Amino acid sequence: MSVMQGSLFNHPPSRVGGERVEHADHPDPNLWIFGFWIFLASDLVLFASLFATYAVLHTHIANGPSARQIFDVTGFTAETLFLLTSSFTCGLATWSMRRGQQGWLKAWLVVTLIFGLLFIGFEVDEFATNSMKGYGMSTSAFLSAFYTLVGTHGCHVSLGICWMVAILIQVFRLGITEVTARKVFVVSLYWHFLDVVWVFIFTVVYLTGVMG
Amino acid sequence: MPDDTLNVSHFLVTGDPLIYGADVSIVVVSIAIVAVLTYYRKWGWLWREWLTTVDHKKIGIMYMIAALLMLFRGGVDALLMRTQLAFPNMRFLKAEHYNQIFTTHGTIMILFMAMPFIFAMMNIAIPLMIGARDVAFPYLNAISFWMFFFGAMLFNLSFVIGGSPDAGWTSYPPLAESEFNLGPGENYYLLALQISGIGSIATGINFFVTILKMRAPGMTLMRMPLFCWAVLATSVLIIFAFPVLTVALALLLIDRIAGAHFFTMLGGGNPMMYINMFWIWGHPEVYIVVLPAFGIFSEVVATFSGKRIFGYASMVASLMAIAVISYFTWLHHFFTMGAGPGVNSFFALSTMIIAIPTGVKIFNWLATMYNGRVRVTVPMKWALGFIPNFAVGGATGVMLSVAPADYQYHNSYFLIAHFHQTLIGGVVFGMLAGMYYWWPKMFGFLLEERYANWGFWWFNIGFYVCFIPQYLLGFMGMTRRIYTYPTGMGWSTLNLISTIGAFMMGLGFLFIAAGIVYSIFYGERDTTGDPWNGRTLEWSLPSPAPHYNFARIPVVTSRDAWWTMKEERKQGVLPPGRDELRPIHMPKNSGRPFILSLSFFVAGFGLVFHWYILTVIGFAAVAACLLLRSFDYDTDSYIPVDEIKKTEASYGRS
Ligand code: HEM
Ligand SMILES: [Cu+2]
Repeated sequence: MSVMQGSLFNHPPSRVGGERVEHADHPDPNLWIFGFWIFLASDLVLFASLFATYAVLHTHIANGPSARQIFDVTGFTAETLFLLTSSFTCGLATWSMRRGQQGWLKAWLVVTLIFGLLFIGFEVDEFATNSMKGYGMSTSAFLSAFYTLVGTHGCHVSLGICWMVAILIQVFRLGITEVTARKVFVVSLYWHFLDVVWVFIFTVVYLTGVMG
Repeated sequence: MPDDTLNVSHFLVTGDPLIYGADVSIVVVSIAIVAVLTYYRKWGWLWREWLTTVDHKKIGIMYMIAALLMLFRGGVDALLMRTQLAFPNMRFLKAEHYNQIFTTHGTIMILFMAMPFIFAMMNIAIPLMIGARDVAFPYLNAISFWMFFFGAMLFNLSFVIGGSPDAGWTSYPPLAESEFNLGPGENYYLLALQISGIGSIATGINFFVTILKMRAPGMTLMRMPLFCWAVLATSVLIIFAFPVLTVALALLLIDRIAGAHFFTMLGGGNPMMYINMFWIWGHPEVYIVVLPAFGIFSEVVATFSGKRIFGYASMVASLMAIAVISYFTWLHHFFTMGAGPGVNSFFALSTMIIAIPTGVKIFNWLATMYNGRVRVTVPMKWALGFIPNFAVGGATGVMLSVAPADYQYHNSYFLIAHFHQTLIGGVVFGMLAGMYYWWPKMFGFLLEERYANWGFWWFNIGFYVCFIPQYLLGFMGMTRRIYTYPTGMGWSTLNLISTIGAFMMGLGFLFIAAGIVYSIFYGERDTTGDPWNGRTLEWSLPSPAPHYNFARIPVVTSRDAWWTMKEERKQGVLPPGRDELRPIHMPKNSGRPFILSLSFFVAGFGLVFHWYILTVIGFAAVAACLLLRSFDYDTDSYIPVDEIKKTEASYGRS
């Protein structure tokens, strides 16, 4: 049977013992990973729209405070450090997984989760402090855009934390299998993606805010 | 925060005979459905075969039924509006009702009729055409359907509970902000679109991956049927356009619920931001719905001309060109914003350019028919009706794209006629062509021709009678979204003609529906699986296809694969030795997509009325469903060879 290898995107020619295996006989983990990349592309457009909104509205402070007046340098620097570190440890987790080191995989995932929680804690504190001062969502267009953009990222991170916990439990129960490995890989993609988005938030929102 | 919503007379919409009529019919229909299901003991069947299915063919059928029902509801809205406009100074609908009806009409037709109809055709045909056993993510596919379904339910519920939205299908702020629009109607609009939008994005991703990764061996990209290319282009558009709508709707909802200032007049908000985002989605959206229709016409025209499609490569190129350019034309929806000559010229040019690949496609369809042995079947009739129709729609689009001229046409009946010509002449004609074409594949019998022909002619002629006068009315200064007009404007005759045309289309729809009912009882069986002498792989299967589709995955050696196989057989070339049957891996049914989407519905309903406890319960249930799925390792099974053999034998195949 001749199998055409027509294009870049054709079937991965998976072979078992020299015999070609139909994709449909056997669920292919790459399919999930590819699909997840596409989801991330779509999510990126979502963030791009929020960034665009922020860019348009960030000077519309109405009677409220300006960015410079409310951004707390230590706070957002700490958040940035936490999230960047967590992305690094998440990378270490998948690295350990590739080498079959189950113990390290679990350990690094736990460390990642702790940094993620610290990040969320600091962000919640930042939001709470500002709203206590009376600078809420409804104060000005600038603040609406700020809370929504940063908050959407925060919601993504919180969701990522819950998801990672669920997967961690599965790793504890089942060890590294084809399925758990795929799941760890996908959640780590998600985590790195959120890190990249944060880098943009850090520069576009916070750095520009305190300097402008 | 408005809390008058607990008051019953606000909660249930009262005081209007139309609404009481709807209340009664909803209750009667619900009781009838429950009674029939109970009497015939069909609850288990409904749950096992339909509500929990992950089979793309059944999901496709459910999308199609929903789309036809929504076409009916949207059509009734249209007839109500046309009745009100038939004569000057009519007192049939009040202004508020008219506003609600044009809003629900537009929203339903685009999001709850056109979208599910294209999803129906994608689901029914794509896996069969590419030689796959299902889509890439069947479980996600079921979620998509139920998210659409419950989004549509939430939207339709507004009619009887709380009141319909009334700020237009575009829902522009500041009119749609809570300052001017207190009622729950706008919340319904925002949440219903949000819920079904999640489903749409998932469908886009699903079909993108399916088409790129699940094709049968030998089916290179350039051997795919054109419908697959069209759906690939549509999927890309969905993936990159829908998130923008998600954001636009979310920000408007935050404005309304949390008192933010994105689009308000006070607090530094900027309403034009919404309008930009809406159309950054909205223009690609019109191509999201029309490209699959183009794909269907390509299949239908090739099959019924008995020829390969003319200019395949240029067809692919023009689909891709349209997909890309459609992201750069959005501002033509508001040239009148006054962005300045530079910006307006850019968008005028990009809009004109998009007409070129569209023209290329029209010429290719014509060239395919030229010298072919054309069989004028029902699907082919819709394709033939489409070509002149879309040519006019495209031409008036180019007229609108001339920015200075658009200051005259904008928001007039000329615009209304333009987009109905493209949406009805393009999308609705396309989906009906697809429905007649693939019906035997879905159900195993053909739709009867006589009713279908009556339906086609009434609908097609009715279309011109309805919309050509509207172009003229636009020139005469009649603007859109007005609920009445005085005598002496010179508009009366043309409006009356237009209304007559609308009722002709309504009659056409009734013929189509009657034809479906008639064919269920007396339709001709399709015993061969290939009633049209088709060219693509879905016709190699029996009708309806077994639930695993292909017992053996076909090997493709050329474009129009099934046609080639048939030709080779005629010439005595024996099909290559066939492999042994092997157990087939299939996903298991699951009730979770249904429950998950129901939970979204509950959460959304809570948000509409600011009943946050309900929202929390809804989202908790959503989270539970997601977690349960994550921990579920029993998601698939194998069909044993014996069972495959038995099924194949029942179709007389081996
Ligand atoms: C040849 C290609 C086309 C061109 C050049 C074109 C051009 C335009 C322009 C310039 C407008 C804005 C006019 C105004 O608001 O004053 C418009 C509106 C519209 N077009 Fe098209 N168009 C084309 C094809 C289509 C297609 C294929 C569809 C749908 C399947 C479509 C659906 C619409 C809709 C829905 C609106 C207006 C919606 C609203 O304002 O509510 N158009 N078109
Ligand atoms: Cu447009």
